[in-house]
Amino acid sequence: MPTHNHTRRKLFNTVMQVLTCGCALLVVVPLLLVFYHVVKSGIGSVNWSFFTALPKPVGESGGGMANAIVGTFELLALAALIGVPIGVLGGVYLSEYGSGQVNWFIRFGADVLNGVPSIIWGMVVYALVVVPMKRFSALAGGIVLGMMMIPLIMRTTEEVLRLVPNGYREAALALGIGRWRAILQIIVRTALKGIVTGVLLALARVAGETAPLLFTAFGNRFWNHQLSDPIAALPLQIFSYAISPYEDWHRQAWAGALVLLMFVAIVNVGVRVLTRDRFSQGS
Amino acid sequence: MIMSTEPEKLTPPKRDQIAPGLTPQPRQPARTGIAEAAITVRELSVFFGSNKVLKSVNLDVPARAVTAIIGPSGCGKSTFLRTLNRMHDLVAGSRVEGQVRLFDQDIYGARVEPVQIRRRIGMVFQKYNPFPTMSIADNVTVGLRLNGLRKRSTLAERTEQALVMAALWDEVKDRLNSPAVSLSGGQQQRLCIARALAVQPEVLLMDEPASALDPLATARIEDLILELKRDYTIIIVTHNMQQAARISDDTAFFYLGELIEFGPTSKMFTSPSKKQTEDYVTGRFG
Repeated sequence: MPTHNHTRRKLFNTVMQVLTCGCALLVVVPLLLVFYHVVKSGIGSVNWSFFTALPKPVGESGGGMANAIVGTFELLALAALIGVPIGVLGGVYLSEYGSGQVNWFIRFGADVLNGVPSIIWGMVVYALVVVPMKRFSALAGGIVLGMMMIPLIMRTTEEVLRLVPNGYREAALALGIGRWRAILQIIVRTALKGIVTGVLLALARVAGETAPLLFTAFGNRFWNHQLSDPIAALPLQIFSYAISPYEDWHRQAWAGALVLLMFVAIVNVGVRVLTRDRFSQGS
Repeated sequence: MIMSTEPEKLTPPKRDQIAPGLTPQPRQPARTGIAEAAITVRELSVFFGSNKVLKSVNLDVPARAVTAIIGPSGCGKSTFLRTLNRMHDLVAGSRVEGQVRLFDQDIYGARVEPVQIRRRIGMVFQKYNPFPTMSIADNVTVGLRLNGLRKRSTLAERTEQALVMAALWDEVKDRLNSPAVSLSGGQQQRLCIARALAVQPEVLLMDEPASALDPLATARIEDLILELKRDYTIIIVTHNMQQAARISDDTAFFYLGELIEFGPTSKMFTSPSKKQTEDYVTGRFG
């Protein structure tokens, strides 16, 4: 009787182990599928002119997405200009100054914002920026991506600052160093790698946003020359090419998807390398 | 007790010679027959919320001597030490009553900047904590640099002085630009002492500075403390009764937030006047 129970228990355990393992593996299956499919469909159209040429008019074959690639980086730079200082300083406040209730409220707000569907961000910036300016613009696109980055960066900054042992704060203060100086030059510096990691991940996250750009940056088939003009972006270009009826554009959309995916993947891998380095130093 | 005339051998330069402009303070007068008090504590009480952690402490800490603070865990020793350089200012809900004077300055005076006080009263912590992002040299000079001292030659000079004083110079002089965390535990703690000395404080607070170190490193720290007391007033919190007996001139015994007894170390360990002190130093409790 006891042996029988034992066997059953062992069997049950094995079944559950296999089941959970299978579910865990299922998590990475979509990633592999996406990678496989995007690489297979896109690699053929990624060539030199894809990175250097403007889109060709409808009907002509060839051309590239140079304007969209540059546009994406322009938008990311604008977004970083807005999102990084506010996000990092907000994180510093939460970790170093804020207390109980205020912190709870801000943290809760940031978490809600992180969950707001991105199209809603686009609508808000459309109402706040595009309507008053009476035009779609790179500026509006940068603002919406920047606003989306703020809560992301703020939360990660707060978390990595909290990981800095209190002993460093005390040591700095005990040396007669002013509090703000100590925070900026010692505490933030100690956590700098973590903060940079958070910023990069936030950039990678908003780099692929399409919906908020539809109402703001709008897209552009030519180079953008002013921040107050519409600007092209990779996700927008992919979107409009993918829903077009032309075979050639479909291929380019796949190529655009591959480039965007690679960018996000490289940032993520880069961040892993960066953080691993951090731990190997033992700090 | 050592009656120090001006020490002449390997001594740190006078503060007014090296740091003109950075907290110009009159040099402490040499210790004469009657011990001058560096820190005077009167009716000091500390509250965390409604919890009274220190109860009406009165104490005169003699200048240029080592004062040990002993007592069982939770008796308020660390709290007392941190009150002296206003480290509790950042703790929400903490409140200090009474008076603490550093020579002639009221530490808790209405217009006193805690930052100024902390430049005059340095601190070394239980867990050595050199800044991990900085080199050995940068750790020593961080207090000076972040207070505006820029001149490279002066910084280099002060690095050497502080490291010599902390008995670390010979071990690190060839690798001043290595990361501070590459040093051994004992070396890191001496580096922290050098860092505190570099800003040339008048008083050095030490919160169990050797409790995380092995016996050999502990011995080096103790030797160092005996060296330093020629120029500095040192207050050390310790759990180690032998350590207190070895290095201190005076000992204060705290119990349950009260100062039970304060007197010359020799007397405290041989014939204390209070029963509780005797029980504690003989190991009957705590």
